[in-house]
Amino acid sequence: MPTGDDFEATVSAICAAHADREGPMLPILHDVQAEYGYIPQEAMPVIAKRMNVSRAEVHGVVSFYHDFRETPAGARVVKLCRAEACKSVGADALADDVRARLGVDWHGTKDGVTLEPVYCLGLCACGPSAMVDGRPIARADVDAVCGVAS
Amino acid sequence: MKVWVPRDAAARSLGADAVVDAIRDEAARRGETVEIVRNGSRGMIWLEPLVEVERDGVRIGFGPMRAADVAQVFDGDGLGAVDELPWMKRQSRLTFQRVGVIDPLSLPDYAAHGGLAGLRRALEMTQDEIVTEVTDSGLRGRGGAGFPTGIKWKTVQLAEAPRKYIVCNADEGDSGTFADRMLMEGDPFTLIEGMAIAGLAVGAVQGYVYLRSEYPDAIEVMEKAIAIARREGVLGGDVLGSGRAFDMEVRVGAGAYVCGEETSLLNSLEGKRGVVRAKPPLPALEGFLGRPTVVNNVISLATVPVILEKGAAAYAEFGLGRSRGTIPIQIAGNVQFGGLFEAGFGMSLSEIVNDIGGGTRSGRPVKAAQVGGPLGAYFPVSGFDVPFGYEEFDGAGGLIGHAGIVVFDDTADMAGMARFAMEFCAVESCGKCTPCRIGAVRGVETIDRIVAGDEGAIELLTDLCETMKDGSLCALGGFTPYPVMSALTHFPDEFGKRREAAE
Repeated sequence: MPTGDDFEATVSAICAAHADREGPMLPILHDVQAEYGYIPQEAMPVIAKRMNVSRAEVHGVVSFYHDFRETPAGARVVKLCRAEACKSVGADALADDVRARLGVDWHGTKDGVTLEPVYCLGLCACGPSAMVDGRPIARADVDAVCGVAS
Repeated sequence: MKVWVPRDAAARSLGADAVVDAIRDEAARRGETVEIVRNGSRGMIWLEPLVEVERDGVRIGFGPMRAADVAQVFDGDGLGAVDELPWMKRQSRLTFQRVGVIDPLSLPDYAAHGGLAGLRRALEMTQDEIVTEVTDSGLRGRGGAGFPTGIKWKTVQLAEAPRKYIVCNADEGDSGTFADRMLMEGDPFTLIEGMAIAGLAVGAVQGYVYLRSEYPDAIEVMEKAIAIARREGVLGGDVLGSGRAFDMEVRVGAGAYVCGEETSLLNSLEGKRGVVRAKPPLPALEGFLGRPTVVNNVISLATVPVILEKGAAAYAEFGLGRSRGTIPIQIAGNVQFGGLFEAGFGMSLSEIVNDIGGGTRSGRPVKAAQVGGPLGAYFPVSGFDVPFGYEEFDGAGGLIGHAGIVVFDDTADMAGMARFAMEFCAVESCGKCTPCRIGAVRGVETIDRIVAGDEGAIELLTDLCETMKDGSLCALGGFTPYPVMSALTHFPDEFGKRREAAE
C-alpha cells in the first residue's frame, strides 16, 4: 500500500500539474490511476486538500465512474463488449466461453488477468469486440481474447 | 509507391498494423520504396483492413488484406478504384468527404481537400451571419435529440457573459454507432474547424472535446491534431492571422454512459459525479461552470465547415421534410456489409439494411433492427418501409438517435434484449431521478416475471414504462421504454415462447 512522503509528493505534483485547468478532477484521477494502476484510498485526502473539496466529494467522484478502480487490477485487463451490436453476433456466448476459460466472472481477477465488461468500443460492424491491454480485437473469439491475455 | 493503410480503430482491430509491417518487409524484399499513409477508414468495415495503392493517379483498393497476402498490393488487381465501388458511389459524402481520403494529421493535405475554407469564410462574417448560415442549412443535432443547431447557437450568442464555451460531446456510447470515432480518427481537423467556427459565432474562446475513454485511438489523434493546429496558427490567440482567439483541449471521460447526456457531461467536465441536471436552466445559458455553453455532438460540429464552405442552400438541398442535409448512417451488428454510409435523409430502413447492408452476416433472415442505440426502438421487418428522418421515425414509434442501426437475425432473443435494455439502464443510471434509478431495476424483475409466465405483469411493465418515459429527467430513463416496449409490442410471441419453454 502506497504511503509516505514520496507518495504524497507524487499525488500533490499530479494535482499541481492540472491546477490551472477548468475542472481538473478527472484529469487528476486519470493520472493517479495511470501512476498506481488504481486510486489508492490514501490519495483521496491529498487530492481533497489540494482541490479544496471534502474527501467525501473525491470519493463520490471516484466511485461514480466505472473506469476508476479502488483496488489494483491484474497485470492484464480483458474488456469484453456486452452491448447490442456485439450481442447480435454472439457476444453472450463469447462472454460465457471467456469466463469459463479464465475462471473469473465480471470484475474478477485470477492469475493476474482481470475481466471487465465494456459497453461499446465503437467496433460495431465487426463484432464481437474486445480490448486486451488497450489493444482492440474485432470478430473476437475465445482463443483470440484469451490467447492474447495469457 | 504510395500506399494507404487505415489507422482507424476498426482497421487496427482487424490487423492493419501487421499489414503495415508486412508491406514494409515486402517492399524491402523487392527493393521498392513505399510511402505509407495511415489514413482513416473509408467506412467499408467488411473490407478492413482496406489497403489502397495509387496507380496512374487512381487509388486502387485491396481488402480485406491479411499480412500474408500483401504481395497482391504490389502486383495484384484488387477491387479496382475505391471511388468507383458501388458502396462509395451511392453516397453523398459531405461531413465525411475527407475521411479515409487524407492523412488525418496533415494540415496541408486537409487544406488541399477543401479544409479551412469554411473557417476562412466565417472569419469574414459577422456572428449573426454565421448563425444565420447554420440555421438556414437546417442542421439539427446529430447526437440524437435533433434540436436545430442554429437556434442553440443563437441562444448562446445572445447570452451576456464574460466567458462562453464550446463543448463537443464525443461520448459516443450508443452501441451500433461509431461515426464520431471514425471522424475524429480520420479527419480531426474538421472537428477543430467546426468548433472554431462555433466559437466565432457565439463569442467563445475556449472549447472542450469530452471524449470517451473507450476510444484510445481517437484520443491520440485528436490530441495530436490539436497540437498541430495550435502550432500552425489554426488555434490559439490569433486564429489564421485574424487576431481572434480560439483554443481547445481534449477531456477524457471515465466510462459512464450517462455522461453522453449533455448536463451530465457538463458536471463530469467540471470534475463532479456525472449526475444529470434538471433543465431549465438550459446549458446554452448556464452550462459549463454556469456560463453560456454550446454543447453539440461531434457530427453536428464537424458538419459546420462544409456548410460554411458550400453554403447553407447547398447543404439543405439534401434531405427529406424537416430533416435537411446528410446523415452518416452506421450499419452495424449482424450485417454482411457493415460500416458508415453518408446519404441524404429519406432512405428507407429496408434499403439501408437489405440493399446497402446486404442482409445479415450469418446469412439467416433479418428479424429486427434497433435504430438509435440502446435507447432506440426495435423495428420488425414489417416496419422497414419507414423513411430515415427525425419526424418519420418519431411517427413510427422510434427515434433515429445518432443514426446507428443494429441488425439482428432470426436467432435473436427479443425478450432477452428487452431485459438487457432495463439491465443496462440500471447499471448506467446516474441515480438522480427515481423512475430511472428504481424503475430500471423493477423493469428487469418484471420482465423476468412475464417470461416466467405471469401474464398480469405485462400491464405492470407497460405502466412502469409510461412512468419512466414521463417522469425521468433525461433520455436514459426516458427512452429505455423504447427498446422494451417495441420488443414487447412487435414480438409478443417471443415473450410467450420463453414462457412456454419455462413451463
